[in-house]
Amino acid sequence: MITAQRSLSGSSQSPRSPSSQPYLSVSVTDPVKLGNGVQAYISYRVITKTNFPEYQGPEKIVIRRYNDFVWLRDRLFEKYKGIFIPPLPEKSAVEKFRFSAEFIEMRRQALDVFVNRIASHNDLQQSEDLRTFLQADEETMERLRSQETGIFKKKPADFMQILKDVQSKVSDVVLGKEKPVEESNPEYEKLKHYVFELENHLTEAQKHAYRLVKRHRELGQSLSDFGKAAKLLGACEGQALGKAFSELGAKSETLSVKLQKEAHQLLMNFEEPLKDYVRAVQSIKATIGERGNAFRQQCELAETMKLKEINLDKLMLTRSDRVGEAEHEYRELKAESEEATRRFETIVRLMNEEIVRFQEQKTQDMGIAFHEFAKGQARLANSIADAWRSLLPKLEACSST
Amino acid sequence: MMGSENQGFEEAHLFASREEMENLVLDEPLSNHSNSNNNHQNNNSYSSYRSATSSLSDTTHHPLSPPILATPADSDPLLSPPLCRNPNASDNNSYIEPPSYADVIFSPFDENSVNEINGLESTSQNPESSLTLSRSPSFSSDYIKITVSNPKKEQETTNSIVPGGNAYFTYLITTRTNIPEFGGSEFSVRRRFKDVVTLSDRLAESYRGFFIPPRPDKNVVESQVMQKQEFVEQRRVALEKYLRRLAEHPVIRLSDELKVFLQVEGRLPLVTSTDVASRMLDGAVKLPKQLFGETTAAVAPHEVVQPAKGGMDLLRLFKELKQSVANDWGGSKPPVVEEDKVFMEKKEWIHDLEQQLSNASQQAEALVKAQQDMGETMGELGLAFIKLTKFENEEGRFNSQKVRAADMKCLATAAVKASRFYRELNAQTVKHLDTLHEYLGLMLAVHSAFSDRSSALLTVQTLLSELSASHSKAEKLEAASSKIFGGDKSRIRKIEELKESIRVTENAKNAAISEYERIKENNRFELERFDKERHTDFFNMLKGFVVNQVGYAEKISNVWAKVAEETSGYARDSS
Repeated sequence: MITAQRSLSGSSQSPRSPSSQPYLSVSVTDPVKLGNGVQAYISYRVITKTNFPEYQGPEKIVIRRYNDFVWLRDRLFEKYKGIFIPPLPEKSAVEKFRFSAEFIEMRRQALDVFVNRIASHNDLQQSEDLRTFLQADEETMERLRSQETGIFKKKPADFMQILKDVQSKVSDVVLGKEKPVEESNPEYEKLKHYVFELENHLTEAQKHAYRLVKRHRELGQSLSDFGKAAKLLGACEGQALGKAFSELGAKSETLSVKLQKEAHQLLMNFEEPLKDYVRAVQSIKATIGERGNAFRQQCELAETMKLKEINLDKLMLTRSDRVGEAEHEYRELKAESEEATRRFETIVRLMNEEIVRFQEQKTQDMGIAFHEFAKGQARLANSIADAWRSLLPKLEACSST
Repeated sequence: MMGSENQGFEEAHLFASREEMENLVLDEPLSNHSNSNNNHQNNNSYSSYRSATSSLSDTTHHPLSPPILATPADSDPLLSPPLCRNPNASDNNSYIEPPSYADVIFSPFDENSVNEINGLESTSQNPESSLTLSRSPSFSSDYIKITVSNPKKEQETTNSIVPGGNAYFTYLITTRTNIPEFGGSEFSVRRRFKDVVTLSDRLAESYRGFFIPPRPDKNVVESQVMQKQEFVEQRRVALEKYLRRLAEHPVIRLSDELKVFLQVEGRLPLVTSTDVASRMLDGAVKLPKQLFGETTAAVAPHEVVQPAKGGMDLLRLFKELKQSVANDWGGSKPPVVEEDKVFMEKKEWIHDLEQQLSNASQQAEALVKAQQDMGETMGELGLAFIKLTKFENEEGRFNSQKVRAADMKCLATAAVKASRFYRELNAQTVKHLDTLHEYLGLMLAVHSAFSDRSSALLTVQTLLSELSASHSKAEKLEAASSKIFGGDKSRIRKIEELKESIRVTENAKNAAISEYERIKENNRFELERFDKERHTDFFNMLKGFVVNQVGYAEKISNVWAKVAEETSGYARDSS
């Protein structure tokens, strides 16, 4: 029932036999607020421990900020089409909230998980960009990062492709061809449907999980207020009854603290994993998009190639002197088309592997989250029961006087 | 003041008294009452008691509502099992929970619950639990059981200028009693709200100094806003509560006013509070005569025992007002003061108590809301996961999905169960903490009783002032007339009249003093009763609240412990 995906998974503890098993473990720690006012941001210490030969040494520490992680994610998304790139926590929402201790901790945890998932993925862990991220000095990182923040994120070659795409689309419209460029693969259709539906279900579950955190806080607050009121009433009543009220008030306040603690646990260990699940599904949607693009490209190139072929045959029949040129173009196109087909098929293959890995990982992740949730709730209920139970003999004693 | 007496009779046969429970033999664990969805491995030797009660509750018992569990007798160490600290142990130390049928009433599963409030077993008050201290030693011997039901719309038939007339509602008031003074064991009458106002006013007059339960509000404005049906139902519940409280009051339950209200069919034969206009007229007629000295200016003794009411005796009102101003602003001490220091302290303390009660009552409401929200959200979370479970099962291709679906189902089921427990917990919490609200409402009655005392004292003071003023006037007249040889015919006549008025006032003063003393005694009696009953009621409230919390926390803990166990395979190595 449990997939042992632990061998290369990130943990901040060093493995037992450093030389034998290849390992790459990363930890994101030590959030520190830097800068002032609007420019302020959080920086993290990223500690890498590894025996991979490609790396500079057994341990490396660098300072990174959120946008660096975004850079890494974007690079991986470009290079490893078909693989579900681990999701990042969202860009900060409300300004006020951005530097709250809770938010910082949640983000740190999510970033740590992000990097470790990359480090434990067989393909992604080989990435050069990952090496850069984990090892480069801050200036290099900053340079790389700023290159990506421009509007023109794509390289010149990609630009040409975009133009070609637009061109072919236009010609299609002109020629009156409205091609449905979608795969006619029923299995894949089912998968897409599954992914989209899953996001809806998960979002709802996560919403309720978040509300549950709030309810814990509210119940804690109301217990605290009630406790105070009970104590005041006890002071007024005096004697045995007054003592009883005071004890009740004190217990109430104690439990209020426990509830606040549990609310935090719930947020970190249950609600956050659910949010992470939603993000992961969104990442899959992005990959689905990429697959669609690749498929369209392949189709278009195949179409164009066919046209060229027909044209070439015509030219050859007429023994035109343009045959050589046409042949050359055709060969080029054929290579491109084959390339596109290869790219598409790679994506399909990778996706099939990824979906299996994804399902297994999520079962594991959710299993842990459920376990922590149940443990927390049981622990909370027990303290509540214990606290109130301890009050009963005192109540008995008071009431019999 | 609370409903133990009326409840007791019905429920006595369902629950052993506290003494009986404490004497249960504990050694042999009998066959467990196995509740399908709650696997309590109960070595609990209270199971004999429990199976006795649960067989009664079986028919109304939903498998997921809490089973009745026995209570350890805390007072006797030999009888109580050692308190188990292991969170995963079964509830060996669970405490008795409120009666299952009461739970059913509030159970979310039972649609009939709302109807049961009308007419049948009363559930609007705190249910009797064997843990409660009983308020009177003989709670099962005499009783008055009142039910308000069957609201009917009727038309005002008398002189209505408006065609179609005014419609109003009447309620069927059914009483069952074994008190001989009622001369009957069961009877019903129809009454309208106006009759209740009348009853309340008459009681306030006859029972000055007593803590008379306040009647429901008139709610004139709200009645326009609310749906008619809602309003009528609310009013019905409020009337029932009010009449039951009257019936619990040791003195008022035997009053003629109440008897008449409950028994006499047809029109209520109590003097209605006459409209202000005629009362004003009354007073206005009297006033000139009093001012011109044509009537005996003194207040008749029988009127003295009533507080000065607007319109009925303007002159008296003026006098008492003058007196109270003299009391407050005059340099001299009033002839009689509230000398009871104990009473003054009590009064201040009551004021403080009221403030704290109000505060506690507010926070109790907030707590109840928070518990309710928790239950709701927990339930919604459970439902969301049930949907996910179905989804993964239907569309799943991989084994890992099936496993996940199973895990989700486990969590979802637990969340839904926990949600139900929270809601039941809350229903019980409401019942217990309601005591705070009730006592807050009672403060009005206390204030009334204290102000009865103040106004009676004011009457005495006014009369004493008057007497002293009349005496000195008489002295002056006598001194003046004695100087005239042969007497002063007009002065002598005046002296005679004055002496007569002094005599009447003297009688009135004596009546006023005994009335004041009577009210003082009523106050004292009620304060004592209030103290005792408040102690009992509050202790019961605290115990009930705490027991409730423990019981449900244990259940909720069990639910989650199971899930934790079933998912323990996922536990991190580091934890």
